[in-house]
Parts: sequence; structure tokens; C-alpha cells
Amino acid sequence: MPDAVKGTWVQIHKVVLKPEERSPRLPDDTKKVPLEFRLKGFLTHDANLGEEVEIETLIGRKVRGKLIKINPEYEHGFGKPVPELLSIGMELRKLLGGEVDVSGHELRSCDE
Amino acid sequence: MSRDMSYEAVMNRKNEIMKKAVGIDYQVFESGGIAFDYERMMKEVGYTIDEVRKIQAETGVGNTPLLELKNLTKLARKLAPPGKGARIFIKDEACNPSGSFKDRRASVSVYRAQKLGYKGVIAATSGNYGAAVASQAAMRGLNCIVVQEVFDSEGRGQPEILEKGRKCEAFGAEVIQLSVGPELFYTFLCLLEETGYFNASLYTPFAIAGIETLGYELAEQVRAATGRDPDAVVITHAGGGNVTGTARGLLKAGCQNTKIIGASVNLTGLHMASDRDFNRKSFTTGHTGFGVPFATWPDRADVPRNAARPLRYLDRYVTVSQGEVFYITEALAQLEGLERGPAGNTSLAAAFAIAQEMDEDQIIVVQETEYTGAGKLPSAQLTFAKEMGIEVRRGDPAEDKPGERIIIPEHPAQIKVKEVDLNALRVSYISNCIKNYKVERVTAEDIRFLAEDTKTDEEFVKNVLKELGVKF
Repeated sequence: MPDAVKGTWVQIHKVVLKPEERSPRLPDDTKKVPLEFRLKGFLTHDANLGEEVEIETLIGRKVRGKLIKINPEYEHGFGKPVPELLSIGMELRKLLGGEVDVSGHELRSCDE
Repeated sequence: MSRDMSYEAVMNRKNEIMKKAVGIDYQVFESGGIAFDYERMMKEVGYTIDEVRKIQAETGVGNTPLLELKNLTKLARKLAPPGKGARIFIKDEACNPSGSFKDRRASVSVYRAQKLGYKGVIAATSGNYGAAVASQAAMRGLNCIVVQEVFDSEGRGQPEILEKGRKCEAFGAEVIQLSVGPELFYTFLCLLEETGYFNASLYTPFAIAGIETLGYELAEQVRAATGRDPDAVVITHAGGGNVTGTARGLLKAGCQNTKIIGASVNLTGLHMASDRDFNRKSFTTGHTGFGVPFATWPDRADVPRNAARPLRYLDRYVTVSQGEVFYITEALAQLEGLERGPAGNTSLAAAFAIAQEMDEDQIIVVQETEYTGAGKLPSAQLTFAKEMGIEVRRGDPAEDKPGERIIIPEHPAQIKVKEVDLNALRVSYISNCIKNYKVERVTAEDIRFLAEDTKTDEEFVKNVLKELGVKF
């Protein structure tokens, strides 16, 4: 059984420029590493991870590269609770002294 | 014979590739020296406000609400001296189809691409602009490719950019995700050559004409709501298009006396092309890493003559810190019930401070908001910052150090703007013109152009030239 069959949504990787092929005007840390490329699409054939494959992208372009992920997920999220932010709302409402302006009227508090 | 696809060879074909990909012959506006006919370029290549409004109405762009931020105004007045504290308004640009003002910028380019018969559009952007182009392309039935700078060499993606990539894919675009480096432009050129698609550049007259409606609408809405012109409009400044388009729109609406204030997040000390620094910043746009270089050398863009020329319009340029923008983003959500993305709130942080210098009967407008969500929230960005070893704490934002410390203010009175010396930027721009155009003697036409392009006068330009030792 191959890792992924034709038609699977995958991510490929390739090196666009090796360190020695890169622009001469780069900071030292960037100069040492290659310019890398990642792209998602549908496999046009059965394949195993790490193999050179061809994908069809969302607009139908055929692109080749190394198969690095099968069913790649979006991994960004909402983050953890950040204590440095959590109390800001309460602090500000206190500063406003409970006066929150809706449609131009001064309100002491909502149950008054 | 196959074409030479090496870095050098492709970069050398830049002008030829671009001419095909934007359909503009920039040569006709050139003088042969520093000067070029900016206004003629904007007029002949761009569209009128009415034409742009029609184009944008076709795809639901624009006509966003103008909201008065009454609680933030009240808070600002509590902190300001008696009689001070201008009314703060915000243009809720997040209401555009893809969630930011960038829809305006994309709308005319994609319309143009469709009209000229291009099969698709390409944009090189890690920002909201990608989603805007993708959304407009989806509406007009064109293919779309977005090229982003996303990952460092360890494969760690910047959360905000990952989200923007997701959104492009949601609109059916192909998203090419690159690691850090300015050679993104090389990949971009290769793709333009391979596909023959239209370059939906951020910097053509189409892109800027698309933003003019923002300034124009804003003027109409402020007049309808208050019976007067805005006294100041604060604009988040990065590549210069937001400032240029909005200011031109305001002028077209007759707001001659409205102060144009640019605001950027201060990222001084971080190198924009550094693999290490890339993921040590919590703002991927609206920062000084774009704001300063694009002001002092706008023609660094992907087109020969950039239509975004911020120094032509700016009356004042200020910076705020990352922590101050996160704080005001929380305040906007908690006091005004508007959860919006942090980068777009850069100008809000600045406006909150500047309002306190202004009189109570004056009007200050924040001209954009952007959508928010996974990756783009302050919590997402600060969680990532902590993982990258950045210290995050409450304190005095004056202690903020980009790449090392993010200081969330302890009190709203600590939100302050830092002035950027516009004259220093103007001098730097003039000096870059001399260097890049390799001129030995500056003509009278060049001097007139430089005075207009820096919002100064001929005396100012002549004095700078004298100091630089350049003949005229």
C-alpha cells in the first residue's frame, strides 16, 4: 500500500535556491540556509512520503516536489489564555466608572 | 532553446516580464531623470472615483460603516487636559468581502485583468492583500496564485501569515509558501513568466485608485455625521498605498485641511530579511520595517514607478509599540464591542494618543479595521511570541524592545506616540533618488518633482542638494 493514493490532498516541498545561489545581499543567518518552497494540492499518482511527486494545485497547475505531508492541517490557532491581556477589559471599565455610553446616554450601570 | 532560469538571469528580465504582466508602459511618463509625471500616470492609467466606485460595487467592495468610538473617546477625555479629547471615529473596513481595505486595492487590478483577457492573477504578499486578490478573482472567475513569505528555516510558520494563507485557499487560490528572503520576488517573476498571468501588484495606479474611494467615502460620512471635515485621519503605514490612496481620496472630496497622519508599529532593530528575526516580531505588516524603506525609496517596489508615494501626502508620521497595539485591540473589543485584527489597529493606538492633544470638538478618524480570528488574535500572536522566547509583561511601553520584550501597558495613559522626523525621511528619499538614478546634475523639472514628492518646496530641495553636494 502506498502512503497516499492518487487524488489525496498533500503538501510538497522543494528547494528553490541553494545557499550559494541566493541573492548576494542577505543577512548572514539567511545566507546559510536555502530558499524553500511549500505548496498543497492533489496527488496525480500514488506515492510514498519523501518521494518526488506531482500534484495538481487548486487552480489546476501541475507542480513537482518532495511529498512531505498527507492531509496537511492548518495548525495555527487562537493561542493560550494570555494573563497580560485578560484583565484589560475590567480595568478599563473600572476607569470609566461604570459609565458606558450607548446612543449618547449616560448610564450608571445596567440595572439602575 | 530553454530560457535561463538562474536568479541573475530572471532578475535581469524583470522589466520585460513586468511590462507584460501589468500592461503599463511606464516609459511614457518618464523625463529621463529623477522626475516622472505622476499625476498623468494616475490619470491615464487609473480610473476616476466614479468609475472605481462602479467597479467596486460589482463585487460588494466599499461602503463600509463609519462608527463613532464613544467609549474610547470618553476614556481619552478622562486622560486628556480639560477641553481636550477629539471625537474618535473608525472606518470599519473589516466589512469588506475578504475582511480588510485590501479589497479596494485588489478590486481594480482584478477587474482590469479580466477586461484585458488574462486567465489569472498573481500577487506577492504575506498580508491581507492575498485574500483580497483571491476573493476578487473568485468573483470574476479568474485563477489566482498568492506567493507568501511564511516559514523560517526550521519550518515554523508565522501564525498571522498562516491564517492569511488559509483564507486565500478558502477562496480557491493556489498559495505558494516560501521561507524567509527577498528572493520571493525571483519566484514571483518565474511564475509570471510561466503562467502569463496579470501581476496584481500593490503598487500600480489601479491599486492606488482602488483605495481612493476609502478616503472619499470617509469624507462624505464624517460630513454627514458631524457637519464638518475630519481634522485628522490616521492611517496605518507600511508600503505606502494606504496613505497615498486615502489621502488622494480625501483631497478629491475637498478635504484640503485634514491632517494626514501615518502610524507604524515600531520594529526598529529587527532585520526584515533575517531568518532569525522573522519569527521574533508579532506584527507582519503596518510596521517600520516596511514603513521607513518604502517612504525613503518607494521605487523599490515590483513596478518601475510606484504609485504609492507616502511622503507626497504625509503631514506627520508616528510609531507605537507592539504592546500598545495589543492593548488597544483589547480595548476596542471590550469597550466598543468590535473584535478586530491587531495590525489594522496600529492607527487606532496612535489616534487614541493623538486625540488627547486635540480639542473636544475636533474629529479624528481611524481609517481601517481588519478581520481577526485564529492566528491573527493578540492571544495567538503573544502565545507564539512567548514560544519564541520573547518576554511578555505588563509595564511601561517605553521599555519595549522589538525581538526581545513586548510590554503591555498597565494603564491607557501610557499609550503614547513617538514622532518620526519626516524631514529626515525626506532627505533620505532625495539622497536615494540621486544614488539610484545616478544623476550628476539635477534639472529644474527634477527639483519641482522632488518638492511635490516630499510635500515641501523648491527651497527645501535645493538646500538638501547643497548639503549632498549635488549640482543643479
